[in-house]
Amino acid sequence: MIKVALLLGVLVFGSTGGEIAITYGMKATGEPEHLTPRALLKFLGRAFRNGWFWAGVPLMALSFYSLLVLLSWEPISLVIPASALSYVVGTFGAKYVLGEDVTLARWAGVVLVCLGVALVTFG
Amino acid sequence: MFTERRLRIKTLVGVLAIVVCANCGDLLLKRGMSQIGPVQISLAGLSHAFRLTVTNGTIWAGIIFLTGFMLSYMTVLSWADYSYVMPAGAFGYAVLTFLAVIFLHESVSSRRWFGVFLICVGVLLVGQTKPRTTEARAELPKKLPKGVPA
Repeated sequence: MIKVALLLGVLVFGSTGGEIAITYGMKATGEPEHLTPRALLKFLGRAFRNGWFWAGVPLMALSFYSLLVLLSWEPISLVIPASALSYVVGTFGAKYVLGEDVTLARWAGVVLVCLGVALVTFG
Repeated sequence: MFTERRLRIKTLVGVLAIVVCANCGDLLLKRGMSQIGPVQISLAGLSHAFRLTVTNGTIWAGIIFLTGFMLSYMTVLSWADYSYVMPAGAFGYAVLTFLAVIFLHESVSSRRWFGVFLICVGVLLVGQTKPRTTEARAELPKKLPKGVPA
């Protein structure tokens, strides 16, 4: 049980940590000037030169690997609802690491989405 | 006002691209892997599976969609809040349930429908907030134009 809880922690913190690092990198990269193939390629080139992007990728790979291992240990009806916790952890990360303004409406939406994902998987 | 409306529309289109690309990519990969059959965990089995994978058109279509997902995800995060994009992306769970009912004729329990309802309400609540609450931190150009003091 401790092993499952630990790996679930790696899954949740790996995915949110990775996504927060990528978001930080993308904000530093800046948005593409236009949504044309040429502008998108330039945008990708800038993104790939950003260290935060490359910090996020292994964290997301780690979380994906944890998900695969967890799915081999436990039923999907336990793993996916539990991993929905990453919506709440991610919102805390967005507020305290990225400095986003998370209003009450956004918190309520995140909690409803989290419960909804758990119910859809259990159902 | 106009800028905020434009930003909201741009973000919603981006989130829609994320959801469509992720779900189509997952479904195509699942279909492609089913065509290949169970993979044997041995050197010979893995190399045989690799050859079948790289010559399977359905898997390539899945990879193209997943590349589209990563590109749209990165692009949207360059201007929109992570706490806005992340829950909105969960709309995919609701879309998949509708697709399963319409195309696969699966029966869906009332508990699952209630979950879909909660996701939709949650996404609507998040969708009503401002898509961007932080300033972009785009790096300044390293070379200044001529005549501009450093």
